[in-house]
Amino acid sequence: MARSLNPPRPFVRSLEEDLMTVKSIIEAIREAMHEEMAADTRVMVLGEDVGTRGGVFLATQGFIDDFGENRVIDTPLGESSIAGVALGLAFKGLRPIAEIQFSDFWWYAANQILGEASRVSYGTNGNLSAPLVVRIPYGGGVRGGLFHSQNIESYLYNTPGLKVIAPSNPYDAKGLLKSAIRDNNPVIFLEHKKIYRAVRGEVPEDDYTIPIGVADVKRQGDDITLIGYGLVLHYGLEAAANLEDEGVSVEVVDLRTLRPLDKDTILSSVKKTSKVLIIHEANTTGGVGAEVSAIISESAFEYLDAPISRLCGPDIPTMPFAPTLEDAYMLNTEKITVALRELAAY
Amino acid sequence: MPIVSIELPHVGESVVEGIIDRWLKKPGDRIKRYDSLVEVVTDKVNMEVPSPFDGVLTRILAEEGATIPMGAVIAEMETDDPAAVAQISKAPEEKVAGTVGVLVESNTNLGPTGAAVAEEPPAKPVSTARGAFYSPVVMKVAQEHNVDLSQVTGTGINGRVTKKDVLSYIESGAKTSAPTAPRPATEDDEEVVELKPVRRMIAQHMVQSASQIPHVWAMVEVDVTNLVSLRQSVREEFQKREGQDITALPFVIKAVVDSLKENPSLNSTWRDGKLVLKKRIHIGVAVSAPDGLVVPVIHDADTLTIAGINGLLRDMAERARQGKLNLDDVQGGTFTVNNTGALGTLLTQPIINYPQAGILTTESVQKRPVVINDAIAIRSMMNICLSFDHRILDGFEAATFLQSVKGRLENVGPDTPIY
Repeated sequence: MARSLNPPRPFVRSLEEDLMTVKSIIEAIREAMHEEMAADTRVMVLGEDVGTRGGVFLATQGFIDDFGENRVIDTPLGESSIAGVALGLAFKGLRPIAEIQFSDFWWYAANQILGEASRVSYGTNGNLSAPLVVRIPYGGGVRGGLFHSQNIESYLYNTPGLKVIAPSNPYDAKGLLKSAIRDNNPVIFLEHKKIYRAVRGEVPEDDYTIPIGVADVKRQGDDITLIGYGLVLHYGLEAAANLEDEGVSVEVVDLRTLRPLDKDTILSSVKKTSKVLIIHEANTTGGVGAEVSAIISESAFEYLDAPISRLCGPDIPTMPFAPTLEDAYMLNTEKITVALRELAAY
Repeated sequence: MPIVSIELPHVGESVVEGIIDRWLKKPGDRIKRYDSLVEVVTDKVNMEVPSPFDGVLTRILAEEGATIPMGAVIAEMETDDPAAVAQISKAPEEKVAGTVGVLVESNTNLGPTGAAVAEEPPAKPVSTARGAFYSPVVMKVAQEHNVDLSQVTGTGINGRVTKKDVLSYIESGAKTSAPTAPRPATEDDEEVVELKPVRRMIAQHMVQSASQIPHVWAMVEVDVTNLVSLRQSVREEFQKREGQDITALPFVIKAVVDSLKENPSLNSTWRDGKLVLKKRIHIGVAVSAPDGLVVPVIHDADTLTIAGINGLLRDMAERARQGKLNLDDVQGGTFTVNNTGALGTLLTQPIINYPQAGILTTESVQKRPVVINDAIAIRSMMNICLSFDHRILDGFEAATFLQSVKGRLENVGPDTPIY
């Protein structure tokens, strides 16, 4: 894709202004984990290649030198044991961060996460907790083909007992990952691969957190609310800028956390604009957009001036391998611009 | 006997829905295969849907006047036709993904442009209850401010009243509060006529074209004296040779076709911010039919002689009047010609046949005094009018095209090839 990904304005300064604090998402994630491990000896990482290799995306580069083999564990190729071991460590009072190398491999860990970790606190009346984080790189548009491109959030976000986070920029990624590590519940932290390095933005050196479950209005507007998260949010911001040139003012809401969803932010924006477009890369049926749509129709029906619209991935089994088909699958600025235009005209 | 579903058949490019005009059979009727079941109006053509099987019509699911997506079930019939029975027993198999995991239904949505929203049109309320539909927020605001919504002009799709419309109506102070109307309006003041589906379809097309295409209009005067005399002189021979009369229109169409070749931007369409030049020239000709306007298309008009165009025009006009045009006859047009002069007009400002780039009208031929070489002569004069899409071209190209048509028509003479 030839298009450049412009980071959202509030989070980026020019290089002249402050070279030191402009970071990529992967750097922000690395920094968050490093700071938490330095501050709290209970925090540790485990996963395939996270040690000597520093992770396939280099999220834990240098960690094994800084924290040693006991806190940076290279595991066998077995996601079930990665999640299961992390859960056991969490029972015993540690704060493990498990890395699943690609979202496409998470299925083997599904029972440990959905069937066990999510239920620990509820099932023991709060006597046990599972303060673990599972970091999962996800998403397409990277020519990863059928087995390195999946969007898995729909399978996770409907599970009570889990928290699910999907940041779109470095600032949010660092603040939310720190909150996730400090949280006493199992947290799934989804990292879109295409924006690991494509999106850069300001990240403060000091310690800060962003609360889980709070969405963020990335652009103010009056005519249409555009709701998304992760990669497509950036396309959405570009589309919103296109619409501004046409006299339509689009408000862009970054969900940031997919479970729990921030109903207040969603509803107050929709009540203002009366029109909604929900975008995500994951396929349409049963996706996060379906739930957002239901929330809006339940609680803001009388404020609607158009059908709640979704522009999401097509319902096909997986990301196609052929580049033309992958491009067809993926959302982009043009598709979102067209959808916004139709909604504005409605 | 097993019951099978009858679907509204897919009828061709870009037709996504049809309006049920009239059922020709009623439940209980015994039907033969290929008997006409129902008349359906689409935005391309009116058609009769034939029965796929022998059997008995058991249930009608799509009411007259309803807008139905292509492929939707419109009726059920009882049949023991082996083909139908085979279809039933085969149907569930088709849905199963199989070992390769191909979900055929979903894949059809993923066209080369990634238009994964193809399923949406039927779901959008756009196609339902137009005019009378008020969104929840519009109702709420209207109630809070005691606004009579029928007084509010809608700017949304199909004239829908939007939230902005109500709010600006309230802001403008045009409230219900202090009416000083001389006489209260009553229902007797006006008559509401239910429109035929074809009328609604035309209305929808016109609104689409007028609202999406920035029209510019231009007109030139053409001296057709030579054309008129040529036509008169060949008429008798033509009648003998072809068995029909020849009119001036095929000469005009020929001139338009040749001029389109010189000015390809007129034979094009605006698509998603890009210009699509059409390499083939298919001329739509507006024809007045009993139910309203239809535009049959002369395909590859540049390959035809004037005599050939004349023959096709006669055939299509005749079939249009009888309502016997088929889908191929009316689709694919790249430019439209309308002989409005036949209705006695001198100037018309036509609306472009969406999504084409232009439409040309020929007006009444009148004898007028004209100055030629500082002398006054009586000449047969005709205006030709052009509406064009200003996104695609500017006045310069349009004028060049008009001059090109004018030049060809004025240069018609005894040497002009007809056959």
